[in-house]
Amino acid sequence: MPEDKRTVSESEQKLCRAFASGLSISEESVNETLQYASTPGWDSVAHMALIASLDSTFDVMLDTDDVLDLSSYPKAREILRKYGVLF
Amino acid sequence: MKLLEDSVGWITGASRGIGKATALEAARHGARLILLARSRDGLEETALEIEKEGGVRPQIIVCDVADESSLKAAFGEVRGYTNQLDFLVNNAGILRDAVIGMISSKQIAEVLQTNLISLIQIMQFVARIMMGAKSGSIVNVASIIGRSGNEGQVVYGASKAGVIGATKSAARELAPHGIRVNAVAPGVIATGMIANIPESKMVELLRTIKMGRLGQAEEVAKIICLLASDYTSYVTGQVVGVDGGMWL
Repeated sequence: MPEDKRTVSESEQKLCRAFASGLSISEESVNETLQYASTPGWDSVAHMALIASLDSTFDVMLDTDDVLDLSSYPKAREILRKYGVLF
Repeated sequence: MKLLEDSVGWITGASRGIGKATALEAARHGARLILLARSRDGLEETALEIEKEGGVRPQIIVCDVADESSLKAAFGEVRGYTNQLDFLVNNAGILRDAVIGMISSKQIAEVLQTNLISLIQIMQFVARIMMGAKSGSIVNVASIIGRSGNEGQVVYGASKAGVIGATKSAARELAPHGIRVNAVAPGVIATGMIANIPESKMVELLRTIKMGRLGQAEEVAKIICLLASDYTSYVTGQVVGVDGGMWL
């Protein structure tokens, strides 16, 4: 598999795992429709656990503005791109 | 008995006074430390004393917590050093006494930025690391002035009352994540911060302390280390007075 494609695929898997761990849900439940405040369990307390999970999974430190802006699964991908994560 | 064996802690304002005493005490109890302060010389001195006592040389970060960009860089340094943080001692603080009518906006901004705003920012950052481990202890250094008030300390008192409020709110939020948040409220402690109190005022102050003497930084440090450790694993949201009975 070409390097870039493998990296992209790994990032997707890591994102899925980070959401599952941060929101305490199964990896099977992680999908593109996950949204802050409307997905059951993704409240403000869980949000910080999710941020901690994303920080450690991708070895980044999300800015507070990005923490506030991270409102959905696709948005997480978009924000992580700013930190050099390839999707 | 070593309370903090194998634990990693971050102490701000660690170049002197209560911060330095806490660093020395925590190192004696087996902690590996990251120390932050404005003064490199002061930090080096603390680090050297720790080493002389047989402790692990701490990591040093020179930073003014009131400077947001410098603080942000400090967060990056901490992350670079470790992914494990078992305790935080939020101690950095300043005094800018002035009576009502003589308080400048600059003084208000400086004191609140250093004593309260940066403390909240540091808690936010550290909580994210601790959440990963689902455990940790945060100890904020408040003051008796945040409880009782004092002439000439409207801004300082407000900042320290803010620390107490922030501690209690953070304790509620972080308890489900296994993170404890407590505060100490020192009374009159013999550190550089009280060096400018006139003698007559000091005599008056001593009369209000039931134990009749000033506290020592080491006496505050011991309580901080206890709160940082698992010996207080069921204690959160508390403000522990270390004041010789001044606030009863």
